[in-house]
Amino acid sequence: MAHDTTHGEHSGAKKRIWQVFIILSILTIVEVVLGIFKPEFLVDTDLVSISLLNWIFIILTIIKAYYIVWAFMHMEHEAASLRRVVVWTGVFLICYLIAILLIEGSYIQEVYETEYITWDF
Amino acid sequence: MEATTVAKTGTEGKTWGGGEEKPLKASYGKLMMWFFITSDALTFSGFLAAYGFSRFKFINEWPIADEVFNHFPFLHGVDAPMYYVALMTFILIFSSVTMVLAVDAGHQMKKNKVVTYMALTILGGIVFLGSQAWEWSNFISGEYGAVETRSGKILQFADAEGNRVSLEEFATATPGERAEHENKNGVWYEAEASYNPLGIEDVKRGFAANPDLRVRTMQLTEEGEKELLNREESLLKLNESGIGVIQGANLSRNEYGAPLFGGFFFFITGFHGFHVLSGVLILIIIFFNVLLGTYEKRGSYEMVEKVGLYWHFVDLVWVFVFTFFYLV
Repeated sequence: MAHDTTHGEHSGAKKRIWQVFIILSILTIVEVVLGIFKPEFLVDTDLVSISLLNWIFIILTIIKAYYIVWAFMHMEHEAASLRRVVVWTGVFLICYLIAILLIEGSYIQEVYETEYITWDF
Repeated sequence: MEATTVAKTGTEGKTWGGGEEKPLKASYGKLMMWFFITSDALTFSGFLAAYGFSRFKFINEWPIADEVFNHFPFLHGVDAPMYYVALMTFILIFSSVTMVLAVDAGHQMKKNKVVTYMALTILGGIVFLGSQAWEWSNFISGEYGAVETRSGKILQFADAEGNRVSLEEFATATPGERAEHENKNGVWYEAEASYNPLGIEDVKRGFAANPDLRVRTMQLTEEGEKELLNREESLLKLNESGIGVIQGANLSRNEYGAPLFGGFFFFITGFHGFHVLSGVLILIIIFFNVLLGTYEKRGSYEMVEKVGLYWHFVDLVWVFVFTFFYLV
């Protein structure tokens, strides 16, 4: 089990913790710096109706999530079956939820914009 | 293998104790914590996806987070977008690190180290909660104030260059008698929260007297900034559709923009803060158990590991809230 593997290598486990902390910190700093300066190029370029900047934020967030779950929550030491139970359930349901709500949201926005009723009076 | 389970129940190996088979190779407690985390992650995804829904619905008029969350302690009046939330993120990430160090010390059965690291984690959690309270108080009290229109939109005020101007700077309240509806006068009575002395008429008068002022609407321009009306449009808009003054934020309206923005802010950060609070309470309970030597006697610090899982999850959620509420 998880403990049996980490017991022999205390220093290794500690090293991993600090390594992950540094990675998380760097990613957060990158996010904050990008969020403050908002480079023109990244804001103006769209990819699948989301700006490049927002894609970067989302991808960095997912990388951070990966490190938190894998290293801090010891997912990397769990059985593959447990990993799949937790991760795939989340991934599938969350993708479904997001897709359906965001599509519906932009449809309503379209109705607001193009129908013959004014919402601002 | 069995050395890592929490307690002997006397049902080991029996069918009603779960049998010998452990397909997921984790103890009952850890497994349940994982299942709880999965379902809680779906709850938070629901909130954040609903936030995304509302944002897509009002994609051209959503408040700009940088303008709303730009305060930093002791830097009054300085525009400091994001720094404070970034600091909060670091506090939480660091408390996650001390938590995982506590779990690691638990694996090595070093009681004193577990105690130290857990104390640091609890401290981090409390500091985070305090930071969130400060953030809330800034959000609720507001800074510039705004005018609500008949259709529930928000009008903000700026000078000709587009720099925000607060209501107090140009409008003065007219002292006057105000007869409140009293409990004895009607069947239906709702107590009033607070009395905002600045009325819509005061704002309109002040605005007319200052030719430099402009109205900023909720509409986002091509550059991603709020639309600034010219003087004539501003006067027309304010006098035609302004119906009330908004100062700060509550659940039904806020000075930053769409009423939903305030609702989501309170609900999502509030629900997350509630998780942090319960995390701190559970950590404190486990902390005292560690002090009393409960896990030392039990021969396993798995309980620290389980509360650790919960704590990291809280951190994980914050990473997403940070991105979707403050960055994107």
